[in-house]
Amino acid sequence: MSVGILGTKLGMTQVFEPETGKAIPVTVIQAGPCTITQIKTKETDGYTSVQIGYQEVKEKALSKPELGHLKKSSANPLRHLKEYRTDNVGEYELGQTLGAALFDSGALVDISGDTMGRGFAGYQKRHNFKRGQMAHGSKNHRLPGSTGAGTTPGRVYPGKKMAGRYGGTKVTIRKLQVVQVDSEQNVLLIKGAVPGKPGALLSIAPANIVGAK
Amino acid sequence: MNAEAIIRSIEAKHIKSDLPQIYVGDSVEVGVRIKEGTKERIQPYRGTVIAMRNGGINETITVRRIFQGVGVERVFLIHSPIVAHIKIERRGKVRRAKLYYLRDRVGKATRIKQRFDRS
Repeated sequence: MSVGILGTKLGMTQVFEPETGKAIPVTVIQAGPCTITQIKTKETDGYTSVQIGYQEVKEKALSKPELGHLKKSSANPLRHLKEYRTDNVGEYELGQTLGAALFDSGALVDISGDTMGRGFAGYQKRHNFKRGQMAHGSKNHRLPGSTGAGTTPGRVYPGKKMAGRYGGTKVTIRKLQVVQVDSEQNVLLIKGAVPGKPGALLSIAPANIVGAK
Repeated sequence: MNAEAIIRSIEAKHIKSDLPQIYVGDSVEVGVRIKEGTKERIQPYRGTVIAMRNGGINETITVRRIFQGVGVERVFLIHSPIVAHIKIERRGKVRRAKLYYLRDRVGKATRIKQRFDRS
């Protein structure tokens, strides 16, 4: 694991590949600037990690304990804090600013964030069930069908797909490609879609490749 | 800068400023970049603009022509680097935004009246 940054989804557009002229769908992300607010070491905390803060707010938006914590790193009032586990904490120092320059174009990143909330969703939207026929006297339009056998077992098995709350959960999209980095404005262009609506908070970290050491 | 301004500034680098004003019904020549091995050449594609879709960087035109008795329609992303140039050969006078009715016509019936008030 290595240190990533927090950012805000701004929206989507497309850019053209210079050589082939192909259109690439990209998500525009405001990535950082993030301030390192705490460095956890084996001696003090039992494990090693780096905590970063993102999005400056007014002082009155935070509580006194929160402000006191940020004072230790002499950081401005920040809304979001997140920890990234890493082994080499020695490379980082308190109060250091991280931005989009953390990533190179072409690099692979994992992006996590909350998906769009869909509220109480039915079978078709939540589990991709088929719909019943709309005409020919049918009254079964969006009904679930059977939920299992009868007297034996006499109950519905756990995990049966049913209607319910859908979306609004944390999801990580892995191995997305960085198309372009604007380190001055701290803007990243990522190929493909990321969770959430524009304005959503995202965590962007270098891709965690399983099996690679 | 707000989100919209940032996205616009990214798109601005890719949007072409030297394109002519295209209208539905125009006869155009589109220069298409084609790569053959290591060599690159520009192939002209001539036809009638039967549809346009505005959308900033995603703006497209649909160009129809009859090739060897078969109707061919190509959709061009006009801001794409694949489109080398667009030349207006003839302005057409039409009363529709989409000329899909041309698909059902052959021969003389596909002609479009020329208009001279647009340059």
